[in-house]
Amino acid sequence: MQLAEQLRLARNKKEILLMTHLVLGYPSFAVNREVIQQMVANGVDVIELQIPFSEPMADGPMIIKANQDALANGTKVAECLAFAAEMAAQYDIPFLFMTYYNILFKYGVEEFLRKAKEIGIRGCIIPDLPPEEGEEYLRLAKKLDLAPIQIFAPTSTEERMRTLAGHGDGFIYCVARRGVTGSKTEFDASFDAYLARCRRATDLPLAVGFGISNQEDVRILTGKADLAVIGTATIKLVEEKGAEAVGSFIAGLRG
Amino acid sequence: MEKPGYFGQWGGAYIPEVLYETFRELREVYAKAKADPAFWQEYVTLMGSYSCRPTPLTHAENLSRHFGGAQIFIKREDLNHTGAHKANNVMGQGLLVKRMGKTRVIAETGAGQHGVACATMAAKFGFACTIYMGEEDVHRQRPNVFWMEKLGATVVPVTTGSRTLKDAINEAFRDWVSNMDTTHYVMGTVCGPHPFPEMVAWFQSIIGQEARKQILAAHTKLPARVYACVGGGSNAMGIFQGFLGDPEVELIGVEAGGKGLDTGQHAARLASQDASPGVAQGYKTMFLQDSDGQMRDTHSVAAGLDYIGVSPLLTDLWEKGRVRFAAATDQEVMAALDLTIKKEGIIPALESTHAFVQAFKEAGELRGDQAIVINQSGRGDKDIFTIAHAFNDPSWKEFIRKKGEEYATR
Ligand SMILES: Cc1ncc(COP(=O)(O)O)c(C=O)c1O
Repeated sequence: MQLAEQLRLARNKKEILLMTHLVLGYPSFAVNREVIQQMVANGVDVIELQIPFSEPMADGPMIIKANQDALANGTKVAECLAFAAEMAAQYDIPFLFMTYYNILFKYGVEEFLRKAKEIGIRGCIIPDLPPEEGEEYLRLAKKLDLAPIQIFAPTSTEERMRTLAGHGDGFIYCVARRGVTGSKTEFDASFDAYLARCRRATDLPLAVGFGISNQEDVRILTGKADLAVIGTATIKLVEEKGAEAVGSFIAGLRG
Repeated sequence: MEKPGYFGQWGGAYIPEVLYETFRELREVYAKAKADPAFWQEYVTLMGSYSCRPTPLTHAENLSRHFGGAQIFIKREDLNHTGAHKANNVMGQGLLVKRMGKTRVIAETGAGQHGVACATMAAKFGFACTIYMGEEDVHRQRPNVFWMEKLGATVVPVTTGSRTLKDAINEAFRDWVSNMDTTHYVMGTVCGPHPFPEMVAWFQSIIGQEARKQILAAHTKLPARVYACVGGGSNAMGIFQGFLGDPEVELIGVEAGGKGLDTGQHAARLASQDASPGVAQGYKTMFLQDSDGQMRDTHSVAAGLDYIGVSPLLTDLWEKGRVRFAAATDQEVMAALDLTIKKEGIIPALESTHAFVQAFKEAGELRGDQAIVINQSGRGDKDIFTIAHAFNDPSWKEFIRKKGEEYATR
C-alpha cells in the first residue's frame, strides 16, 4: 500500500499519529536498536532514520552533536543502510530516511534510492533539496514508489505550498516555526493560521515537527495535524536517562 | 540553456524551504540593482570615497629584476579600507541591504577579514551585526576579533565541526533561518547558494575592470598571466573577470598546499587529486570529502584559504581549461612573504602570498617585455600575531611573554 494511504487508514484508528526521529550510530547502533524496539512497542507509527552528515545545516545543537558524535564513532553510510534493512525487516511500521543531499549524491542518487527501496524504506526527507534541484530524485522516487516527503515552512506562500505538494507524496512535513531543530515552539494564533494554510494546499497527511517535546504539545496538535514529530526530545532523553526511558515517554505522549 | 545559478554543472541553490522566499527576494533585489546603472555608479562612488578605489597597480621593479623574467605588477587590494578586497563585497551587499530595508547583517569569517569588513559596513550603515567565527580561527586571529567587537559587532565563536570557516557558514545559516525578516546574510565569498556566487563576483569585478585598464596604461599590452589566491575564490574571480575575454591572458588560481599535497593536510580542491563533486553549504562544487560524502578537515597557515569547497564559477572555468590551478605550501608562503617584504616594502596577507609563490616560480620563464599581474588580496601587517608566529620570531615571542607577565601581575 502507498504510504499516504496507509497513514490515512492508521489515522482512522488514532486521533494523531506519532513519528519519531533518531540519528543512526548515535550514541551507537546498539542503543538505536533498543530505542526503536521501545518506540515500536509503545505505539510509534513512523520512524525517521537520520543518516549522519558532517554539515547538518538545518539542525540545532542537540542533533548537530549527535551527527558529529556518530561520525566520530566511525559511522558509515553502508552501516546505516544495513541497520535500516534490519529494522524494516523486523518491524511492521514505515521507516524513512532523513539526510542531507550530499549523502545521496555521493552514493549515486539512483543507487541510493534503489537500495532504500530494496531494504524496505518507504520514503526520504532531504531538507536541503528543493524540488527545483531535485528533478532526478523526484523522478526516480516516483518510479520506485518511494515517498519524496516535501517540507512546508511558515514562510511558504500558499502558492508555493501547492507547488511543493505537487512534487510530494506520503505526507507533508510542516516545519512548525522558523529556525533549526531543537528549541521550543509557540502554538499561537499565527501557528493555527499557518496550519490552516497547509491544510488548504494539500490532501496529503500533515506532519508537524520542530520543538514537539511533550504530551501537551501533542494534545495541541491533535485535530489539527495527522502526525506529531518528536525529534530532539527523545535524543535528549536517551542522553540523560538512557534508552530504557524511551518507552514510558512515548506511551505518555498521547495521554 | 543552463539552469539559472549554474555555471556548467556547478552551483545551484540547495536551500531549505524556510529560506525560499528570502532567496526569491534577494534574487529580485540583485537583478534590479544589476539592471540599474545608477546602482553601480553609487557603488563606485562609495568605494572611491570610503575605500581608496581605484586601488593602484604597482610595478614591482626589484622583484622583476630579482627573477630576471617578466615585469611583475601587483594589484593593491590591500589598500582597501579594512585591508582587503572583502570591502568591495560588503559595501555592495550593504547597499542591497538598504534597498531591502533590513536592519541586521550576519556573516561568517575565516581569517577575520570579511568579519571586520562586514562589521565596518554595519557601523557605517547603522545595521546590527553578528559575526560567526570558528573557535580555532578566533584564537588564530584575535586582533580581528578585537576590532569587530570595537566596531559594535557580536562575535560568536563556533564550536561545532572542525571549528573553522565551513562551520561558521553553517552557523550563519542557522541564524538566518530564524531571523530572515530583519536579517541579511552577507556571504563573504563567491560560494553558497545562487545568487551569492554570481552576486559577489559582480561586486568583485571592480578589481578586474580597474586592473585591465591599469596594465594597458602601464605596460601598453595585456599581461601574459594573472595570479590570484583562491579560498572561496572571490578575489580571484574579481581580477579574472577583467581578462576572461582575452584568451591570450593565462589565469592562474593558487590554493593552499598546506603541509604538502601528499600529506592530505591542505585545502587544494582543484590543484590536488583529493576533491570530488559534492553538494554542501547550499551549492554544488568540488569538495574535499571522503567516499561517504563527509567533509574532511583541511589545513592552511592562511585561515582565509582553509576551506573545503571552491566557487562554482571557478570549478567551471577549471573544467573548461580557462583557469589553471596550482598550490603553494605553508613553507613556500613564508619564504615568498619574506622576499616580498624585503624587496618591495610590501606586506601581503598570508592568503595573498600564495599567489606570489606561484608567480615567483614562473616569472623567470617569461621574457622581460612580458608582464604578469599578482592580485594582492590583502595586507599582512594586520595579521602580525599570525605572521610573527609563522616566522617563529624570537624577539616578538619575548615581547608577548613580557606583555603576558605585565597583565598577569596587575
Ligand atoms: C586577504 C584575503 N585574501 C583571500 C581570501 C580568500 O577568499 P577569496 O578566495 O574569496 O578571495 C581571504 C579570506 O578571508 C582574505 O582575507
